[in-house]
Amino acid sequence: MLTRLANPATFMRVSGYALPVLAVAAALLGAYGLYLAFLASPADYQQGETVRIMYIHVPAAWLSLLFYSIMAVSALGTLVWRHPLADVSQRAAAPIGAAFTLVCLVTGSLWGKPMWGTYWVWDARLTSVLVLFLMYCGILTLWRALDDPGRAARAVAILTLVGAVNIPIVKFSVEWWSTLHQGASVFRVGGPLVDPAMLRPLFAMALAFTCFGTALHLAGMRTEILRRRVRRLTLLQAERLERAAA
Amino acid sequence: MMRTFLALVRRDLALATRVGGAGGLSLVFFLMVVTLIPFGLGPDLNLLSRIGPAILWIAGVLATLIGLDRLFQADEEDGSLDLMRLSPAPFEVVVLAKATAHWLATGLPLAVFAPLFGLLVALEPAALARTALSLLIGTPALTFAGAIGAALAASIRRGGLVIAILVVPLMVPTLIFGVAAGDPTNPASAQALTILAALTLATGAIGCIGAAAALRGGGE
Repeated sequence: MLTRLANPATFMRVSGYALPVLAVAAALLGAYGLYLAFLASPADYQQGETVRIMYIHVPAAWLSLLFYSIMAVSALGTLVWRHPLADVSQRAAAPIGAAFTLVCLVTGSLWGKPMWGTYWVWDARLTSVLVLFLMYCGILTLWRALDDPGRAARAVAILTLVGAVNIPIVKFSVEWWSTLHQGASVFRVGGPLVDPAMLRPLFAMALAFTCFGTALHLAGMRTEILRRRVRRLTLLQAERLERAAA
Repeated sequence: MMRTFLALVRRDLALATRVGGAGGLSLVFFLMVVTLIPFGLGPDLNLLSRIGPAILWIAGVLATLIGLDRLFQADEEDGSLDLMRLSPAPFEVVVLAKATAHWLATGLPLAVFAPLFGLLVALEPAALARTALSLLIGTPALTFAGAIGAALAASIRRGGLVIAILVVPLMVPTLIFGVAAGDPTNPASAQALTILAALTLATGAIGCIGAAAALRGGGE
């Protein structure tokens, strides 16, 4: 299945069907999730209405990690199998992951002001997300700095994998260093601590974010494939013109 | 293999200490940063002595960063790196040798002179000794993390800024444990020192393999 999809022509055909489906699913789920989040779910007994920030903040945080994992898997594909589609996937995933990380940081800081009384604290989770964002920035910078696509793919893949080792170490070290953010409250041993009335909009939003992110990723990959085709065609055209002139 | 390693270390050290090398430069830069911070903070000795280990460590991170862009780039430009790629010794050993020489020329002097510069920020004798020890153990991790960035950016002409952006996130854990290990009032400072040593070893392995992989890709 995956090997067949890994053919760029097949990928273009299948993703051409999948993209509108995912986009519509994301829109519908997003509308449903927002309805639940803003109208059909209770305000928190302590946090009041601000708890609704969670329905954006938490899915964005999940996706920031999901996209880094996608990039790490794609990096393996680039380094081990040298598959061009793996590089395309990684390239498309980086800006999306960076954007979700930024959304997570901004909404978190807006939520922190009414709850903790400050926009930013140097707490373990906040700091490790900030470092994750810096690593996304580094990856995007490296891509812009290297002009040869093949070399850039390899270099970015190595950086992504080193970063994948670094993230848990950063997480561990900053936890040792300082902690204020609440611990895991949804995926934990003994079931979620969050009330079901709030879990439902949370999961609807998480699903909507995932569909949205996947749709963006597919669209980004398609654009990148087309961009490479154009580049190849331009090079061929230039060669042909040169030959005609000579 | 050992001979290749030693020959490379000797060559790079000679290059660093002779005219045009950056050997003594990072030490001067270290001194500059340590001098600059009291000007920003004010001459309050109590405050300075409390954040002294942090000042020395941040100065160490910055001083490690400045020489990094030439670590592989100079050899890439004049073709010596191609010869090293052809050598029978594993390329990881070449990277290890170059990183070791870089550390001997920048990291080691910082650790040796840290007690002296610590006096400028009014560190107590106990804190002086601990900070120097933590720098001695921790700065190799900075160099190895830096080697990855230097290898990735070896073919970028103005790579200095790019390297800084790439490697600073990799240096965060070392900085955290380095400062913790340098602070004698911290009850867990002995623990931090052992974790710092573990970080140096792990970064050494990851750094050599990663940088070698990046440089091999650059030569294709």
